[in-house]
Amino acid sequence: MQHSPTAAKTPAASPEAEDNEEVLYAKHAKVYPREVEGIFANLRLLGVTVLLGLFYGIAWLPWDGRQAVLLDLPARKFYIFGLTFWPQDFFFFAWLLVIAALSLFFFTALAGRLWCGYACPQTVWTELFLWIERKVEGTRNQQIKRDKAGLTTAKFRVKAVKHTLWLALSLYTGFTFVGYFTPIRELSISMTQFSLGPWETFWVLFYGFATYGNAGWLREQVCIYMCPYARFQSAMFDNDTLVISYDSDRGDPRGSRKRGVDPVSAGLGDCVDCTLCVQVCPTGIDIRDGLQYQCIGCAACIDACDQVMDKMEYPHGLIRYTTENTMAGLHTHLLRPRIIMYMIVLAALTFGLVYEISQRIPLELDIIRDRNSLYRETPQGLVENVYTLKLINMGEQTQSFRLSVSGLEGMELSLDSPIIEIPSGEVRSLPISARVDPVVLDRTSNTIEFTLQAVDDPNLSRTETARFLGPVTR
Amino acid sequence: MNVTEASFTSNFWNLWIIVLTVANILACWWLIRWTSKPRPGESETGETTGHKWDETLAEYNNPLPRWWLWLFYLTIWFSMVYLALYPGLGTYRGLLNWTQVGEYEQEVKTADEKFGPLFAKFAATPVAQLATDPDALKVGERLFINYCAGCHGSDAGGVPGFPNLRDGDWLYGGEPEMILTSILDGRTGAMPPWGAILGDKGVDEVTAYVVTLSGRQADETLASAGKTAFASYCVACHGDDGKGKTEMGAPNLTDSIWLYGGSPGVIRQSIMNGRNGKMPSHRDFLGEDKAHLLATYVYSLSLK
Repeated sequence: MQHSPTAAKTPAASPEAEDNEEVLYAKHAKVYPREVEGIFANLRLLGVTVLLGLFYGIAWLPWDGRQAVLLDLPARKFYIFGLTFWPQDFFFFAWLLVIAALSLFFFTALAGRLWCGYACPQTVWTELFLWIERKVEGTRNQQIKRDKAGLTTAKFRVKAVKHTLWLALSLYTGFTFVGYFTPIRELSISMTQFSLGPWETFWVLFYGFATYGNAGWLREQVCIYMCPYARFQSAMFDNDTLVISYDSDRGDPRGSRKRGVDPVSAGLGDCVDCTLCVQVCPTGIDIRDGLQYQCIGCAACIDACDQVMDKMEYPHGLIRYTTENTMAGLHTHLLRPRIIMYMIVLAALTFGLVYEISQRIPLELDIIRDRNSLYRETPQGLVENVYTLKLINMGEQTQSFRLSVSGLEGMELSLDSPIIEIPSGEVRSLPISARVDPVVLDRTSNTIEFTLQAVDDPNLSRTETARFLGPVTR
Repeated sequence: MNVTEASFTSNFWNLWIIVLTVANILACWWLIRWTSKPRPGESETGETTGHKWDETLAEYNNPLPRWWLWLFYLTIWFSMVYLALYPGLGTYRGLLNWTQVGEYEQEVKTADEKFGPLFAKFAATPVAQLATDPDALKVGERLFINYCAGCHGSDAGGVPGFPNLRDGDWLYGGEPEMILTSILDGRTGAMPPWGAILGDKGVDEVTAYVVTLSGRQADETLASAGKTAFASYCVACHGDDGKGKTEMGAPNLTDSIWLYGGSPGVIRQSIMNGRNGKMPSHRDFLGEDKAHLLATYVYSLSLK
């Protein structure tokens, strides 16, 4: 990692600060990102549209008479399209998180903060809020001018409209979020009838407020001060990582000039010092200072600079995605061992997860041995152990299962019928005793196996082991 | 502070906790004030801190945002409001009077309101009739595993000292009302110790006789002597024929079912030292409706 020491710089505290506290705790200076057009802005627009579309849309998707994605916390059942997950499947969730973390490593090593610039909820919602802000308040310059001016009726009206729209969108976001945990259609009905439960109300308001606060007010401060990923990403960067950089060899010395003036004869580089790259930056930094931890990799400065280069009839790429090695005149290896390793591990884990989920057996058998006795003898002289079996049918259909036991010769179960019917999604507690003639016991603690198998599907089967205690007859 | 606490402890620990808590909050406030001012020798804002990592990675001494400082003060305000509302300052109970027990009772109340009507619906049907209702039996089975399996076993098969409930043999009678009474009011099965009265020899004799009652062989001299002692001491509860009396909860001694074990040695122990069986009362703990369902389930087991 060779970050330029000129890197980290936040909007510094005003030097004329009277209050001592202000030296260590700066007043927040609002960043007004200028609107930008270009290929990366379009990519982000695509990301925002697709991701927000998925978030707001999927909640309403039906599937087999239920909501397609529903995380039913009270019932501990998690419906994701055709699959129903139980807390027992938490393993898959942990697996998914490992994949998510690894892909974050992979994409960061490859091209820096792709996640931050195009896909992070903080960026996505901030883009949406900025779009509303521009529609209501106008361009960057109009916004700055209005904020400097005193409060007038017109200003108040504009601000009120903006915040009303923000709040409405935030509340709808909170509502949609809660709609993934409690059926959204019922939620919308109780919302219109003002009959939401206390917790539903709380979470709708909580997530609504979080959206409003994060995307409306905190914005880049979340990335700079709160996000841990912003701080540890440098551990994933190397000199071959694609980062957004200003080409100082080509750009410096900076200076304004008339169109058509030959920069070389004027003793200038290609940078016309228009500061558009600073104006479009959502975190308020100057990319020309070098790689900085505040840079979320949104590439707005690339779009802005390329437009200026077009106007000046200079080639694109004064600010561009490049690597530290290229900037230093060295050869860049995009396909390097780190990337290849990440790719192999990521592919293996993803394939493994898909395979495991496709092979998942929606049947669970838990055996709890009674604790109040080691064993007992029946009047017939058999040795008996007692268990409580938990039979869980996690499938979508009612199934008949056959329960059997093996491991000790001639063992029988106290069952009226070995066929047990369990409706979909039901947990059946089955107290059961297993009996055997003690003559077959050659040790006091024996392993037996209970097998639960669907009557009409031999693949739908679970086998679990249990202890069987008894006396040794000699 | 209530009387019991005051009579066992001094007020020291109460004050100690209050002083510690308040002093800590004040110390936090002082710390925030103290660290929010630059001190001589520190690098100036806008300069690097002087530390370097990974050869070139430097850090600026940049100011934190203003609202970050407010968050610190906010935590102090939060703790003061919290300490006013909830218990935290020594034995001070807080304005809301919140307790863990109260929270638990509230949850039990909520659960009772939710499930009470369901249990009440079943309780309206007599036990004998309800015992054929598979839904009632399912609920009864779950209740049994929750509340009864600890002693009687998950399959109600019992263990020494805790009777088997599925063998059709009953200490206090197997009619639905008797079972319900056993659950609601509990039972105390007291077999007095006879060692002091009968003496070692007497106990041996009665043991021999009791063994013969269930059709087994024993020393005839001892058994016939034991029969005399049995007639004077034991018949009051176990009956002339040794078949027991359900009014007393005295077990039948002529069958092969033994609560504490049927070997001559264990029988001797029972006579010598007596036995104390205790089925607790569940009237207050479970309530009549749940007990009704449990009685139904237990009754249904004996029908199989």
